Amino acid sequence: MGNVVLMQGNEACVEGALAAGMRLYAGYPITPSTEIAEISSVRLPQEGGKFIQMEDEIASIACAIGASVAGVKAMTATSGPGFSLKQENLGYAALAEIPLVVVDVQRMGPSTGMPTFPSQGDMMMARWGTHGDHPVIALCPSSVKETYDLSIRAFNLSEKFRTPVLLMMDELVGHLREGMELPNPEEIEIIDRPTVKYPDPKRLPYHMKAGQLVPQMAPFGKGQRYNITGLIHDESGFPTNSTEEARKMMERLMHKISDNYDYIKDLATENMDDADIAIFCYGGTARAAKSAMDEARAKGLKVGIFRPRTIWPFPENELAEASRKLKKIVVAEHNFGQMLLEVQRVVKNNCPVSFVGKWNGGVITPSEILAKIEEA
Amino acid sequence: MTTSKKLILNSAWCKGCGICVAFCPKGALELKDEKVQRKEDTECVLCGMCELRCPDYAIYIEEKDDEEARNQWVMSY
Amino acid sequence: MVNRGDVKQKDKQMSNLVYKYMRPEHLPHIWCPGCGNGIIMRDVAQAIENLGLSRNNTIIVSGIGCSSRAAGYLDFNTIHTTHGRAIAFATGIKLANPSLEVIVIAGDGDISAIGGNHLIHAARRNIGITVIVMNNNIYGMTGGQYSPTTPKGAFGTTAPYGNLDRPFDIAGLAYGAGASFAARGSAYHVQQTINIIQEGIHHSGFSLIDVASVCPTYYGRKNKSGSAVDMLKWQRDNMIPAEKAAKMEPEELKGKLVLGILHQVQYKEFTYAYDQLIKRLYQEREENE
Repeated sequence: MGNVVLMQGNEACVEGALAAGMRLYAGYPITPSTEIAEISSVRLPQEGGKFIQMEDEIASIACAIGASVAGVKAMTATSGPGFSLKQENLGYAALAEIPLVVVDVQRMGPSTGMPTFPSQGDMMMARWGTHGDHPVIALCPSSVKETYDLSIRAFNLSEKFRTPVLLMMDELVGHLREGMELPNPEEIEIIDRPTVKYPDPKRLPYHMKAGQLVPQMAPFGKGQRYNITGLIHDESGFPTNSTEEARKMMERLMHKISDNYDYIKDLATENMDDADIAIFCYGGTARAAKSAMDEARAKGLKVGIFRPRTIWPFPENELAEASRKLKKIVVAEHNFGQMLLEVQRVVKNNCPVSFVGKWNGGVITPSEILAKIEEA
Repeated sequence: MTTSKKLILNSAWCKGCGICVAFCPKGALELKDEKVQRKEDTECVLCGMCELRCPDYAIYIEEKDDEEARNQWVMSY
Repeated sequence: MVNRGDVKQKDKQMSNLVYKYMRPEHLPHIWCPGCGNGIIMRDVAQAIENLGLSRNNTIIVSGIGCSSRAAGYLDFNTIHTTHGRAIAFATGIKLANPSLEVIVIAGDGDISAIGGNHLIHAARRNIGITVIVMNNNIYGMTGGQYSPTTPKGAFGTTAPYGNLDRPFDIAGLAYGAGASFAARGSAYHVQQTINIIQEGIHHSGFSLIDVASVCPTYYGRKNKSGSAVDMLKWQRDNMIPAEKAAKMEPEELKGKLVLGILHQVQYKEFTYAYDQLIKRLYQEREENE
């Protein structure tokens, strides 16, 4: 059995990242994610890694991408306004296929909004924030322990698929303190990016051999000279204006995620086997949902929870299938209805979808969810 | 392998900007049909000023063929 | 599809320097006839040759704009990043592996407008990267809009009545922000610029070399500065070596550009300081155990 410790969500994020092999953190102070920077500044040099406080949010993600290019696992964390600023370089990392973890501890927005109040208002920005079509993996933890685990998984997925991975936390989880059991290091699965072992001047840096998920990556400075660009490029890594090459590149980027959905998906369901009513929730709202479910069950209502931990890509087939057996789905989230749109798109007319939202900085209570469950 | 110096003009890369012509201390170059060429009855002293200022690498002093050396660089990590 | 190694020197005529440090399969480059960027890119290759740097250990980082295309032509590990952010990417690369020589090639708008914040903070931090600015006083790639180094009164497609802004002196800006090395070269003064770039790369802390380029296509045409040749002649006649400028009155230097190393001091380089911190923490932990 591992160590049982009392930890804050933001701290668990850092400890998970360190366990996954993070050795560079670049950030800029912003509430409510600042503890991630503070704790990284203490912990990283102890582990032989580096922390740097950059001059702004854009520089932070750029610095993290640079470090990743040189072969070091890197992370940056922020909150709403900073997440807006990072979008351009997020697209760069997606197109150039640079592994990277970006944490967004969501706070109430828009604009400066209510910096110390919880929200889940960045969920659609996580999917569509940067310009152009691009693949996205986003994970949502709802407890301190899950934050630790998903922080590790975020690194593993980003390394495996050579893509930025978003850890979409929220103020509730980031500032939550609870006990958790730290796993023994040898029990933790660590995935490293596929790397070029022997430099070869004839190698095309974005060429994939049969059976490979992504092209092998060559860290800068290890002998494999090549070019990285944010322009649409062919396998040589150099820009191309060929519409055929552009199509191939875009489809490979999108398909590397969609074709491997089963590996990436992570659904936490509870009591769904006999459920008539499901609460769709994720991240911090899961806690109120759990209480609401327990209270409803005590009243004899067959309520279950459908909670994606991998929120992007969205669990379309799983939710569509579940909805065919349901009488109602209650979507609970701290925004004006963002993932609600996805749920409605997927569920269609299979069952009614009702919504419990909150957009005033307050927290959804179990009784509010229960009221929607009991509504005719 | 040649070791003697000579002036090489690569008209495929020449964009005809005229910089080499203007700054050749011997007036040994001219533009014809927007490409650089040697001017008749002038002396080239192989000073290399044209090579230094050619933005397109279309004119240079060749000292020796370094094909083999390049292959060594390519293969050495 | 083309890739390095596909072109033989004898198939396409080129100098040893170009063959060794550039990617001939991507030449001739896209820059306009008479553009100073080609001259400056050659200066960078020559400085690297003179210093004997390893091609595998040298990283070229660029942003967006005409200058940024240099990364595609130079045969090193090269990364063409987002507009203005080259220094921030370079900071990450240098932090991750301080043994690398990290060289940023940027434009004036790229480095001092959209990327101005990164420039001043990298200078202050004294991180050991070298920034070479291809300063053509205009946004060339987008067709001739005024940039932060366009002189007051000069014309651009977005300054049809003359530029109202005062221009930045990028070398002075870097100096003011605490850069330990700030210098100026020019497309005309090739030998001096090669030497300055060499010194800048050799310098252990942050170094910035503001190289006056020429843009005959947009800046020249909009401002009736004449051809590329005329613009280079202006540099020849109006740039004063730093040693000489030091003895001149400010009044005499009006309208001139000072050429050479303008400022150089030694401070502890950032990644070196960080590595020392890591060592200290390791030692303290060992002592406590």
